[in-house]
Amino acid sequence: MKRRDFIKRSFGAGFAVSVGAGAIGNYGSLLASQILPPQNYDLAAVKGGEPAKMFDLAIDAFGGMKKYVAKNQTVVVKPNIGWDVKPEGAANTNPKLVTRIIEHCFEAGAKDVYVFDHTCDNWQSCYSNSGIEKAVKDAGGKMVPGNSESYYHEIDISGGKKLVKSKVHELILESDVFINVPVLKHHSGARLTIAMKNLMGIVWDRGYWHSNDLDQCIADFPFGIKPDLNIVDAYQVLTKRGPRGVTVDDVVPYKSLLISKDIVAVDAAASKIFGHEPDDIGYIRIADSMKLGTKDLSKLSIKRIIV
Amino acid sequence: MNFVILRKFRVAISLISFAVLSLVFLDIQHLLPAWLQKDIALTQFIPSFLSLTAALTFAGISFILFITLALFFGRVYCSTLCPLGILQDIISKISKKIKKRFRFSFSEEIKLLRYGFLIGAVLLFIFGNIFGLLLLDPYSNFGRIISAFINPLFTGINNVSAFTLEKFDQYWLKPIEFKAVGYFTIFFSWFVLFLILYLSANRGRLFCNTVCLVGTFLGFISKVSLFKIKVDESNCSTCGVCEGVCKSECIDSKNGIIDYSRCVNCLNCFTVCPSNAVVYRRENKIEPAATDETKRNFIAGSILFFAGTKAALYAQDSLKVLRKTSIPELKLFPVSPPGSNSIVEFNDKCTACTLCVTACPTKVLQPSFLEFGFTSMLQPRMDYHISFCNYECIVCTEVCPTGALNPVKLEDKKLTQLGKAKLIKENCIVFKDKTMCAACSEHCPTKAVHTVPYEKNLLAPEIDEKICIGCGACEFACPTKPYKSIYVEGNLVHRKADKPKSEKQEIDIDYKEDFPF
Repeated sequence: MKRRDFIKRSFGAGFAVSVGAGAIGNYGSLLASQILPPQNYDLAAVKGGEPAKMFDLAIDAFGGMKKYVAKNQTVVVKPNIGWDVKPEGAANTNPKLVTRIIEHCFEAGAKDVYVFDHTCDNWQSCYSNSGIEKAVKDAGGKMVPGNSESYYHEIDISGGKKLVKSKVHELILESDVFINVPVLKHHSGARLTIAMKNLMGIVWDRGYWHSNDLDQCIADFPFGIKPDLNIVDAYQVLTKRGPRGVTVDDVVPYKSLLISKDIVAVDAAASKIFGHEPDDIGYIRIADSMKLGTKDLSKLSIKRIIV
Repeated sequence: MNFVILRKFRVAISLISFAVLSLVFLDIQHLLPAWLQKDIALTQFIPSFLSLTAALTFAGISFILFITLALFFGRVYCSTLCPLGILQDIISKISKKIKKRFRFSFSEEIKLLRYGFLIGAVLLFIFGNIFGLLLLDPYSNFGRIISAFINPLFTGINNVSAFTLEKFDQYWLKPIEFKAVGYFTIFFSWFVLFLILYLSANRGRLFCNTVCLVGTFLGFISKVSLFKIKVDESNCSTCGVCEGVCKSECIDSKNGIIDYSRCVNCLNCFTVCPSNAVVYRRENKIEPAATDETKRNFIAGSILFFAGTKAALYAQDSLKVLRKTSIPELKLFPVSPPGSNSIVEFNDKCTACTLCVTACPTKVLQPSFLEFGFTSMLQPRMDYHISFCNYECIVCTEVCPTGALNPVKLEDKKLTQLGKAKLIKENCIVFKDKTMCAACSEHCPTKAVHTVPYEKNLLAPEIDEKICIGCGACEFACPTKPYKSIYVEGNLVHRKADKPKSEKQEIDIDYKEDFPF
């Protein structure tokens, strides 16, 4: 574990340097001129465009990927690849969005970009049928398995009420930057699955969460590991029979995208887009009360972009 | 004819067959297409016989070829195509290297066992029971041995390599999940493997000439085959060298007699004869086989036995749960695989070769113990504690070489009800602990298991049996221990499930409208 401890410690230092270095972002695209002057937004919401385009706009509003990824850093991108369902079924994150995020990471100078998920269905089928394996390879990223317990190492979750320990995938522990890319969906248990719930795909033993107060465990886990950036894919949204969906009729094209560092705020905003009050979602309510982040969107500085 | 070359040719073909058949059971990364696996399995006698529906199918052509070969040349099949036979030759060869001056010598056939096994299995088969074939088919035994021992070894090597590569940031080699293999399967396969090891190391092909159904059956045909090995008495010096290399122990060199029913046409005798007295010759007259008064006892027979504990199958239990469930899942019937139509039909046709077990990507197919009954032991069942059936997969129905699993279209399989989900509320986290869970409905591909509002803010599972296909995703995902709160009760006869409803949603989205926050 020494290596990992070392990596974790050096991670903090490296990240501070990288943020410092990236602060004077020179992401000079045409679009940026409309969106700048940069302000430290807490959340960016985009609507009406294609996934890649919407992400370009959102990340530019946030000062570009260089703010999050410094030269030669390793990045892990964690989409939802939980199900053996084709992209049109919207059970998994949109592959086009994944491609664009990886491209941004490389443009910012990332050394390596890894992608994985601890899937629910057979992992190889999920990786290929979701279209994400191809999307990652096309963008030059590395698709990594998540199906074996030996990839997962135990961490303490200080601040968790029900969940105080969890085995987390080594890529999350070893990479410099962790980007969480959930898809917004209906969920038959948690009501909605967004950014916090997507973190169930980086741990080994999900059964423990299910049998020990699911909502509480979902709210507890980010006290152990918090993503550096959350990107919510709400382009195609499963509005019922989630999280897997049965037919494409369960899908509605919301054509939206949200990004934020605050995992509670991004979940609250996504649930509003879906048509739920954040308080209706157990884990958002609990996470807010535990001060993990804020569900009160009126307190945040939000960049709203209609394409 | 140059028999040295012919023998080398025979050895080459046999090694290729052995390698190819082994490969089919070692395809842990699922690289071979299902149809190829099936066709390779159909180069085997019993699978081709069981799939025999018409002469023009692949199975039909194989079967006709085996019979024709035997009618012309005797048991060529046994020394060129049968992987279990070739395995024995390999063991014999190694044993001979170790023992140095080892020689085989002529022995009488053990008629009682030899014909007893064949008659017993044929009678059972006529009455619709496949148990004899299941136990004695060489191909199925070979498959079980490879999947019980070599396959896990390959998986281990694969995983050690994968995890070593991972240290160097290489993730292209995919690790394979280890799923528990039932102790009973391992025990049974050990028994057969040890029997074969012992017999082939000491007595060559004694297994093939005593236990094996195919060997005994082809032996009948060999007795009347057109071309036969003959000892040319005018040249023979009765030196006995041929008898010493005959792994079937069927050459009686003193009396110049060959028992054709046991000869596997290995051609070893041709190549060693110093006076070229062993010849292949067209034969019309049937030589009477010499009989001996003393019958040897064959102790290490295939005696049935009971062993293994079902509880041991589920030894893997790393999950800590606060509350232990109290109500056991009392299943009346196990779940038979897709394409089997019904448990009875499946039990009648499966020889438990475990090819589908190897091919199954989720490893939900596991050899059974006594779930289907004694005479169906080892036939695979859907084990939802190990895994669940992938909604988008029909591989098992594509590889089955015996017709126990019939090919089905994916869209039909998605509507085939193998069993029905049953809920045990007393065990369930939502009903009992009053916290959210829904792992079952989360995994359900048809939403037969869905959730409905329950008490304060909870959502509790509910089952719509009409659209349930019995894939077992709910049972596998259910986190309660030791007993699950939801399980699949097998259908004795598979049914057609209703198609899940699908309605286009009337939601108009104004993409120019501002955000709701």
